[in-house]
Amino acid sequence: MPRVGLVVVSHSRPLAEAAVTLARQMLTGADVAVEVAAGTDDGGLGTDAFAISEAIAAADSGDGVVVLMDLGSAVLSAETALELLADDVRDRVLLSAGPLVEGLIGAVVVAAGGADRDRVAAEALRGLAPKQAHLGG
Amino acid sequence: MAQELGIPEFEGWIRAFAAAVAEHRDELTTLDSAIGDADHGTNMDRGMAAVVAALDGGPPADGAALFKLVGATLVSKVGGASGPLYGTFFLRLAGAGGSGPWDAGTVAKALRAGVEGVVARGKAEPGDKTMLDALLPACDALEAALAAGQPLADALGAAATAAVEGRDATKPLQARKGRASYLGERSIGHVDPGATSAALLVEAAATALVPAQG
Repeated sequence: MPRVGLVVVSHSRPLAEAAVTLARQMLTGADVAVEVAAGTDDGGLGTDAFAISEAIAAADSGDGVVVLMDLGSAVLSAETALELLADDVRDRVLLSAGPLVEGLIGAVVVAAGGADRDRVAAEALRGLAPKQAHLGG
Repeated sequence: MAQELGIPEFEGWIRAFAAAVAEHRDELTTLDSAIGDADHGTNMDRGMAAVVAALDGGPPADGAALFKLVGATLVSKVGGASGPLYGTFFLRLAGAGGSGPWDAGTVAKALRAGVEGVVARGKAEPGDKTMLDALLPACDALEAALAAGQPLADALGAAATAAVEGRDATKPLQARKGRASYLGERSIGHVDPGATSAALLVEAAATALVPAQG
């Protein structure tokens, strides 16, 4: 069974950790590797490409990693982090354009079910679909 | 007479940029508070202070190692989008400039590669009200001046003038990238903070990247 890892990149560590808490609430028994790379090392708001590359390496068990980000520098730092990774790891990583909170929840659920990386990424990307269907947006 | 640049000039450039960022920190943050998230000066100052601390630990072996150290420190320590943007600039500069001594042609080639790295990372275009609006005219001016036979010091002076003009020309523009783009038309009428720090970078190069007389 594939064990796809997840990484949450945010300007804010509390924001990232709360999103992970919310997503883990969906898990019963099965676990998923979810790493957080968020905030500056002095506790402020910001992103760190090195910390992201380390989080990706920690989340990677060889079956791939899906990275969810908030906005702006989180995206640019995640792209920069890919350049800092070994080639074989980089090839297994997918940066998701999905929404951070909703995408993470969907991704955690299917990853826990043993979905492969592309399936996990697809679930992250359609994270807004239930809310859009409900609100008619 | 030496016409090549080495560690002393490179380090001088980086330290001059760090000093300029520290001096203009509040101004950069004020510009960013008008159209962004009010952290550009603080972020760049934190990043460049970490770079200076790394350089204080001992000079790297060559130019490529020095600029790689600068880039790696910035992508980690700045926090905002200017971290991966300036970080990528220096990492590409290091790769294109190489580990040997640099002449004027190397400087132009390395700066162009650094700026192309910023383009690739940020996916911004001229006129989007970003640091590229200072960096691209600076590169063009440097290359044109060198092609016209000017010495490096004069060509870098022309690049600094072009960067400052490019910075000032961001004022009437509407931002199309970064936090400022969320403001739409309200971003008009403010000079871009990224273009302002980028002009400081080019001005520091014009003062410091001068071959030693000897």
